[in-house]
Amino acid sequence: MSEKSAPYIRVENLKKYFHTKSGMLHAVDDVSFSVQKGETLGLVGESGCGKSTLGRCIIRLLESTSGRVLITDEKGTDGYTDITKVSASQMKELRKRVQIVFQDPYSCLNPRLPVRELIAEPLIVNRVFRDKASMQRRVRELMSIVGLAERLENSFPHELDGGRRQRIGIARSLALDPEFIVLDEPVSALDVCIQAQILNLLNSLQKQFGYTYIFISHNLSVVKHVSDRIAVMYLGKIVELSDYKILFKDPLHPYTQALLSAIPIPKVGVRRDRIILEGDVPSPIEPPEGCRFLGRCFYRQERCGRETPELREIEPGRFVACHFARELVAQGGRTA
Amino acid sequence: MTMNANDLLLDIRELTIHYVTDNGTVHAVEGLNLELGRGETLGLVGETGAGKTTTALGITRLLPVPPGVVRGGQILFDGEDVLLKDEEEMRSIRGGKIAMIFQDPMTSLNPVMTVDKQVAEMIKLHRKVSESEALEQAAEMLDLVGIRRERLRDYPHQFSGGMKQRVVIAIALACDPKLLIADEPTTALDVTIQAQVLELMKNLKRQFGTSMILITHDLGIVAETCDKVGIMYAGRLVEYGDTKSLYDNPNHPYTVGLFKSVPDLEEDCDELSVIPGLMPDPMDLPSGCAFHPRCSHAEEACSRERPVMIEIEPGHFIACPVRARALGKA
Repeated sequence: MSEKSAPYIRVENLKKYFHTKSGMLHAVDDVSFSVQKGETLGLVGESGCGKSTLGRCIIRLLESTSGRVLITDEKGTDGYTDITKVSASQMKELRKRVQIVFQDPYSCLNPRLPVRELIAEPLIVNRVFRDKASMQRRVRELMSIVGLAERLENSFPHELDGGRRQRIGIARSLALDPEFIVLDEPVSALDVCIQAQILNLLNSLQKQFGYTYIFISHNLSVVKHVSDRIAVMYLGKIVELSDYKILFKDPLHPYTQALLSAIPIPKVGVRRDRIILEGDVPSPIEPPEGCRFLGRCFYRQERCGRETPELREIEPGRFVACHFARELVAQGGRTA
Repeated sequence: MTMNANDLLLDIRELTIHYVTDNGTVHAVEGLNLELGRGETLGLVGETGAGKTTTALGITRLLPVPPGVVRGGQILFDGEDVLLKDEEEMRSIRGGKIAMIFQDPMTSLNPVMTVDKQVAEMIKLHRKVSESEALEQAAEMLDLVGIRRERLRDYPHQFSGGMKQRVVIAIALACDPKLLIADEPTTALDVTIQAQVLELMKNLKRQFGTSMILITHDLGIVAETCDKVGIMYAGRLVEYGDTKSLYDNPNHPYTVGLFKSVPDLEEDCDELSVIPGLMPDPMDLPSGCAFHPRCSHAEEACSRERPVMIEIEPGHFIACPVRARALGKA
């Protein structure tokens, strides 16, 4: 992925706060990054870190509190449109280009519609076809693209297994020929064998149609498998963003280091220095000034409590939000 | 599988459990044989519907009846068949000798009872102690799992997921059981919290000398915590062995496929290899070897004969005569 070409999507200082009884919940707090055309950006983090909220704000299923999400204008022009500001009718047009696949293939499909109607729904809503025959052709075509046998077109979701249901979800998101798809934990509810099938499908679709993906997941091996670059989130902020190989080989942010060291590896005798973090993720409600990871960090110093570390580019394409990132690089990453 | 009978804590023989429903009979566990030595940790791995949880419910006699029916077999725990025990005897075994940890800590705790009382409840049930002694022992137990004294009087909702699972572990280990069955104990937890909880469970297991059956679908967790591993498919064990032997040298075609479908952290690959087809319908299992319709090694005989376990290395068994023959072991 060349960093020189203009990005396809630019997220700038995006914030999403929720009012709660106990105060303001900072779900996404000043997040900026960009995604290139045809790239897969992995978004990892633990529950509550704001990764799904971020995904939803980007395609405006949630209204952001502030910030911009700039998407490249339709083919040919150099301009950008700010997704967070467009009118409802413009948004409806934009929705054809930006789509989402949800985590739970059990709850995101209307149980009373058969497969063919589920897949036809986006085509009907957007009045893509005038005649039934061409719509039916398109539905069949979509079914074959995602690997659903034609005989299933009259089946209902409850008759199908999780993998097939997720294929319906994918077919629905592809129906309008999108350019950009947010995949929100698309394989988390699936068994490993089915997971492998869906990951292969997403990969081949991207090759075939040149989709741009944001792949949200808490499963680090899955994210590594699919992503070109990976952003790690902690408590509403991106703490590290870089090429997937560099991130896994040489993580710099202490949280990334701990997160990667915690992955159980399916090989016997591979001993790693596991960093066991103390405590839990703190509350995202009215977070104090300073580094969000402070309480659990094993490098923490006095400065971390005073200043919030910004996400800085410490090497080309390598972003870290830690005051001591440069020192950590000099020490060759992991020192704990 | 042979082991000195005295070293065996659990010996399951030909266990068959069905769920009888209006739509047909679900063959959840079919002729399962499984052994667990004293002090051992066994990982039971398989996909949804492989029969892992049903096996655990069978051992603890917590199977919902109906629709669950134990069709046959024996579950010898410490030499005695738990299937022959009456409910009264089971109540003293459950929690006392065999404890269980479930996947979701949010639903295994009583929301309107403080956590120390929940641990004490278990202690009082199995030991002749006064309320205050039970509470004191509960406090010690909770301290052991990392819950500080000032939080003893808190309710479950005041704890995070990882801390709740610690409370559940404290309850399970409170009466020093001989066997701990942990059913996906960390599936609902985040990876850094999972690391904490697994570390805790490993330490406590060593400290108490408890035997453990760890049910999981995560091959990584098994590699790090278990001595032995059993791979289940469609209600049967298809491969069993020392964790090292099995991971270095998986041999049953299903195990091989399972290992290959997990994305590798160290190596890059463009496409994951996939086992063709889907898990069979448990109401209508294929004849012979349940895996044969998806197996690239399948022969004509596979659809007729139910494979038995064949030892291919000392202590390493596969239920696949074709592969065993290829290894010169049949």
